[in-house]
Amino acid sequence: MVKFTNPKITIEKLDFYYGSVQALFDISMHVPEKKVTALIGPSGCGKSTFLRMINRMNDIIDGTHHKGKVCIDDQDIYGDGVDIVALRKRVGMVFQKSNPFPKSIFENVAYGPRIHGIKDKAKLDDIIERSLNNAAIWDEVKDRMDKNAMSLSGGQQQRLCIARALAVEPEILLMDEPASALDPKSTARIEDLINELKKNYTIVIVTHNMQQAARVSDYTAFFYEGNLVEFDHTNTIFTKPNIKQTEDYITGRFG
Amino acid sequence: MKDNLKEIIIKKMLVAAASTSIFIVLLIFLFLGKEALPFITEPGLSELFDSRWIPVSFQKEIFGIIPLITGSVLVTAIAAVFLIPFGVIGAIYISEIATFFEKELLKPFIEILAGIPSVVIGFFGLMILNSMVKDIFDLNTGLTALTGGILLALMAIPTVISISEDAITSVPWSYKEASLALGASKLQTIWRVTVPAALPGIIAAIMLGMGRVIGETMVVLMVTGNAAKISWNPFDSVRTMTATIAAEMGEVAFGSIHYHALFCVGIVLMLVTFGLNMIAQKVLKKYQMR
Repeated sequence: MVKFTNPKITIEKLDFYYGSVQALFDISMHVPEKKVTALIGPSGCGKSTFLRMINRMNDIIDGTHHKGKVCIDDQDIYGDGVDIVALRKRVGMVFQKSNPFPKSIFENVAYGPRIHGIKDKAKLDDIIERSLNNAAIWDEVKDRMDKNAMSLSGGQQQRLCIARALAVEPEILLMDEPASALDPKSTARIEDLINELKKNYTIVIVTHNMQQAARVSDYTAFFYEGNLVEFDHTNTIFTKPNIKQTEDYITGRFG
Repeated sequence: MKDNLKEIIIKKMLVAAASTSIFIVLLIFLFLGKEALPFITEPGLSELFDSRWIPVSFQKEIFGIIPLITGSVLVTAIAAVFLIPFGVIGAIYISEIATFFEKELLKPFIEILAGIPSVVIGFFGLMILNSMVKDIFDLNTGLTALTGGILLALMAIPTVISISEDAITSVPWSYKEASLALGASKLQTIWRVTVPAALPGIIAAIMLGMGRVIGETMVVLMVTGNAAKISWNPFDSVRTMTATIAAEMGEVAFGSIHYHALFCVGIVLMLVTFGLNMIAQKVLKKYQMR
């Protein structure tokens, strides 16, 4: 397990339960700043659950609870008096299935800044252009900002969702299999985008696709049945993993 | 070949069943038109636009339906003032905020409310709400447009709640999740994402509720005072189109001018509901352009 002297996210002895079913077991892990960290593992291994711990999205599911700590910049995000709104502003999320609102392209990206109190039109325009640019979709949509987001293709919708997440200026971007529903070309665009985004953002990405993890990530964590089996440089994980189970999964012997 | 024949027969039967409603609507229109038509020749269509409705008189009978229309409009508008906020907010609460226990408690009561016969609601209005309105607003009578409007809203609220609730519940979870993940609070999410996404359904619910309000007869007959005069004051007694038909059709002489006039009222009532439905459809189409 790699450790970092100054991690962006620190997870300590994290257990998580859906009701009486334990989904995560004693997970401790460091996520480095401005790198891409991939979470891999078979379905149901807890990687999405783990991802959703980082912006407290599991809170909205009834009957869940946890033990242990999740810290961002040394602040315990499950501590007393933590403002969830402020937390989720710092930690953006992109979902597996692109989920733009049934509103115009403009309104989709403006949604986040607006709920955080930005009303000034010029300022909004500025944020929206920058976000769409950063999500590499500005050129495709700049002439039809008032069109409904549902009229975009799947790949465009997903990049719009990334732009929407970027518009609130987060520090961390969580991606839950962002390309699993896309065709290879759109997937390649999203992967290029991730490479570009890691200059400014700490990215944690869940993926089923091991080639994708190998291509885009700097570090990889392998989860199995709610346990963190191994966490190391992506290179190490994919070339000479320390643990037999990881190797078996990487080489396709199970999963 | 035999199978084919069977297919054809079954298909024809299905078509017949499906078109029955069209057929009946057309028949009703035809019937209303036929019975109302004589009014145009005797005493003439312009008589309908008189501002007084005096169907029985020793001097001159007058069949102006304007006061009946304003009566219906006023009562409906008052009902809408109560119906829309209570119905929509109730639906939002039940589908998005209420705990499981609250939901289990609220929903059966709303269904019971929907099942109360209108005459019972009218009775309640006559005995309780009537005197309350009279006392609170210090009026000569509590049989006013306001009383009728409140009761009609009460009757239509279950319709609005249950249809709006369906629309709100069917908004994809992924929209709400996206909004929450952007740092929106639960209320912001409801107000800015869930309700707009459910708006076509909510509008349809309101329109259906209003349809029920305009067409409702028994309650208004019992509690609005039945004074056929033009008034926009909620504290006045009014008489609606429905109440007029219900009250007078029983004792009118068959084939008389009064009889034909009542059918004219029926046609106007039907056109109004028709218009409401058309508007609802238009709005729905506009919002469904996703």
